[in-house]
Amino acid sequence: MSTRVLAAGGGEFQPPGTNSVIYPPFVAGITKPMVLLVLSIIIIGVFFWLALRKPSLVPGKTQFAAESTYDFVRNTIGRDMISGKDLRPYLPLLVTVFTFVLVNNVYGFVPFLQLPTMSNPGIPYGIALVVWLVYNAAGMSRHGAFGYLKHQTSPPGVPVGIKPLVIPLEFLSNILVRPLTLSLRLFANMFAGHLVLLVFIMGGEYLLLHGGVLGMVAGPVALVLSIVLMFFELLIQFLQAYIFTMLTANYIGGALEEEH
Amino acid sequence: MLEGNIAILGYGLSAIGPGIGIGLIFAAYINGTARQPEARSVLQGIAILGFALAEALAIFGLVLAFVFM
Repeated sequence: MSTRVLAAGGGEFQPPGTNSVIYPPFVAGITKPMVLLVLSIIIIGVFFWLALRKPSLVPGKTQFAAESTYDFVRNTIGRDMISGKDLRPYLPLLVTVFTFVLVNNVYGFVPFLQLPTMSNPGIPYGIALVVWLVYNAAGMSRHGAFGYLKHQTSPPGVPVGIKPLVIPLEFLSNILVRPLTLSLRLFANMFAGHLVLLVFIMGGEYLLLHGGVLGMVAGPVALVLSIVLMFFELLIQFLQAYIFTMLTANYIGGALEEEH
Repeated sequence: MLEGNIAILGYGLSAIGPGIGIGLIFAAYINGTARQPEARSVLQGIAILGFALAEALAIFGLVLAFVFM
């Protein structure tokens, strides 16, 4: 990082950058995001196992939480995007993606963990790759390989003259760029949120300790604002999990739908 | 005194378009909900989908700002 801001009180403030999400390995190449990733799988697995171990007609608290998570994904995300009977086979994937991304995002809010796993770009790339394979495979098995490409790249009702222009553009946007934007959206939101919090906390501390009289006032304000921002980040974290799942459903639904 | 990287300016420029676009989307959503409150749940999904798609350019800008640093 070459960016440095000289503050009034002298000394240099080193702003947080890309380095702040890269952690050195504990042992044998195992880093904090990897541990959090495995932990998230255990959390989700144990939660659903506990909730649905002995399902009863009148649900208890845990069973209710698990069922409303499932309901939320099915009713507010799935049904809008994937029509009719096609939804059923893809519902487990959607619930998995939603809970996995949600738990990994909310790590940014949990004290002592304080790192959204998704702020490391490698992990969203992995999920987006799975989503990309699933929606392309779904479309190909429904329409055939060539039919699927035609379905995705040439929208109906386009005049023949413009087709040479439309087909490459649609191919680019529907096949090549989709996994990239899907993963980068999640990564950039989590990374930016983490960075904003770090700027407020580290900057507040710096102002308080080295900022002189003005810093004595501005520092605590920044620290209090960082707590407010953390709650704002909680909203963003939930929203990003929702958006990621919704786009996944949208891509699958778009690949499966019949020609009009 | 400020020292920095020109790539960050690129991020600022790339955020203008999505900023306007997202503003228009939510303006339409609020208008729609104000005129017909019972359509809220239907409009919400569409608004958030549009927001997510319009955001893409700003996200490329943010990532490229760090790539070219």
